[in-house]
Amino acid sequence: MDFLIFKAPILMVQASLDGILLGILFALIAYGMALQWGVMNIINIAQGDLVILGGYIAYTMYLAGIHPAWGVIVSPIIMYFVGWALYKLVINKVVDRDLFISILATFGIAIVFQQLMNFVFGADVVVAQSEYGTTMLFDNSVTLPNSKIFAAFISVLYAIGLVIYMKRSRLGRAIRATAQNARAAKILGVDTEKVYAATFGINAALCGIAGALISITLTLHPYVGLPYTVRSFMIVIVAGLGNLPAVAISGMGLGLFEEFADYILGTEFRIGAVFMLLVFILVYRRFKLSKKREYLK
Amino acid sequence: MNKLVKLFTIFISAITLTIASISSSFAKVEGEYIVLGSAISLTGKYSSNGVHTQNGYNMAVDRINKMGGVKVGGKSYKFEIIYYDDESNPKRAAQLAERLIKQDGVHYMLGPYSSGLTKAIAPVTEKYKIPMVEANGASRSLFTKGYKYLFAVLSPANQYLEVAIDLAVEKNGGKPVRIAQAFEQDAFSQDVRLGILDAAKRTGSEIIIDDKLPKELNDMAATLAKVKATKPDVLVVSGHTKGALTAIRQISEMKVDVPMLAMTHCDAAKLSKQHGKNSEYALCASQWHKNLSYKDKFFGGGKKYDKDFKKEFGYAPPYQSAESSAALLVFKDAFERANSFDRDKVRDALKTTDMQTFYGNIKFGPGGQNVAKPMILFQVRCKGDTCENKVVAPTKWASDKFYHPIPKWSERS
Repeated sequence: MDFLIFKAPILMVQASLDGILLGILFALIAYGMALQWGVMNIINIAQGDLVILGGYIAYTMYLAGIHPAWGVIVSPIIMYFVGWALYKLVINKVVDRDLFISILATFGIAIVFQQLMNFVFGADVVVAQSEYGTTMLFDNSVTLPNSKIFAAFISVLYAIGLVIYMKRSRLGRAIRATAQNARAAKILGVDTEKVYAATFGINAALCGIAGALISITLTLHPYVGLPYTVRSFMIVIVAGLGNLPAVAISGMGLGLFEEFADYILGTEFRIGAVFMLLVFILVYRRFKLSKKREYLK
Repeated sequence: MNKLVKLFTIFISAITLTIASISSSFAKVEGEYIVLGSAISLTGKYSSNGVHTQNGYNMAVDRINKMGGVKVGGKSYKFEIIYYDDESNPKRAAQLAERLIKQDGVHYMLGPYSSGLTKAIAPVTEKYKIPMVEANGASRSLFTKGYKYLFAVLSPANQYLEVAIDLAVEKNGGKPVRIAQAFEQDAFSQDVRLGILDAAKRTGSEIIIDDKLPKELNDMAATLAKVKATKPDVLVVSGHTKGALTAIRQISEMKVDVPMLAMTHCDAAKLSKQHGKNSEYALCASQWHKNLSYKDKFFGGGKKYDKDFKKEFGYAPPYQSAESSAALLVFKDAFERANSFDRDKVRDALKTTDMQTFYGNIKFGPGGQNVAKPMILFQVRCKGDTCENKVVAPTKWASDKFYHPIPKWSERS
């Protein structure tokens, strides 16, 4: 079983494509996290649970006989208001406090969401069927589920849309201004309270899109939100805040790294390898920063 | 005067405490009720199977009470169960077991749902020498610790898919097979894996892929790509309901062709309902199926149990409910044979249990596991768009022939 991937190079193509497609989806979730982290300085532990809730919205549509792919339109709309309400209820009370308080608050939200989803949708693992079929390449030796391609395509579409919106629209400019300097923005007439609520809503909407895509590509369960939070956290750490291309590249890179770690180190070390990478990157960054600080001394 | 009042209060509270402790030590049998205790997952991630377990217990309690109860010393007693919600959390389950035993004075316990929670409770019941009959903890490690008060009505986890390997070898003309396997990293799935390793050794088969899936993993694409490249004779997957659903979704999407696919948790995952035709030909391990011909006087046979359960709870009983009901039949039998409420006598009676229930034969091995009941395998078969689980092994109960090899995806409609 030693390094099957080198014996059968076609697996490299498979691994790369799988990694990139999944990475794009994760990048979308991470972008939402980067956005609100940058604007409000809040690390949202409930990020993954918002994703799963979005997935359940698509799943509910699927149960009602509507194609779950429509979830990518319906789910973000509902989730925007969920995010907005969440801000008005909880987040606005912790937004100016230190990071630790907001982590605690969102951790609490995560638990409440998990239990509510468990209560409403049950503790069974569920999937929604898209019936999109499969694309086969290289004489059937590389297979790509069309649902994954669809997921990546939609993610890219929404990401581009969001970038344009942030650049062009009034609200987008207000959000960017608040991210740069909330006090200055306030003095210049930006209603930061509104901006915060909208940012949290946009983040929830992005989670909703990702959730709907996950319902047709992976599986849903009330308690599997945390891995999505952790992954997006890692992507943001690597990419830095407020830099969409970096988030996209970091997401795809992480997807690739994970797939290759699976082939070379073994599936059991897949997640472990990702954490090792995170430690490595954090140490490296510190090292680089400390070098810069020497000038200041 | 003040001093007197104080003394008096102390005196009164001392008396109340003594009375309370006396009454609790008799609480195991209150009037005509035998009180059993159980911590069960009514919320949290195991809540759906927790409820199946509780429904199984309740159904058996009602049935036994209605049909004359438990006869001990010429008197008829009824069962009653105290439940606490363990929130699917092992620590909480262990605390609740202590509470059931120390505060509620329960002297006999029924198991929780899942191997993990049973593992958390077993040391507690062992410490207080409380006999526990459990129906939902199959992990092999439960039966190798030398527990003396633990009895399980179900077959241990390592037996789940051993039969499948034998079947694959048989279909290969008695020659060894090449096995690809992927198991989640939890107590139960790893025990299933040990069973496969044993079977591979016994048949001289070779394991060519041996992936361990992290708990958080919901994507098996890498494992399946390896399977595609190496073309094994049989693919074995075990990772609870998430594993089963992920495997079927990605096998069908990636068009992975394997002659035989063996899994666990297909019925809990409602595989044939959620994935329909894509799940066809999957081979699944199960503790019980309604078509088996076991019988007892309380529930009749499997089909009758199925019917009665549906009438009472509105859904078909999964095997988790059936085995939970069987646990109470075992307790009743043991009380009557012990003809006493002495814990050690009841334990000794449990140890010598040898009976048939609608769920299967029950006889406990030295570690407390049930050694009298084989696992069964069913295969998902579809007619049009409706898919059903058909028993294919062991041959004694097979209602349908085992379909082998699985047709290639390109040939499936």
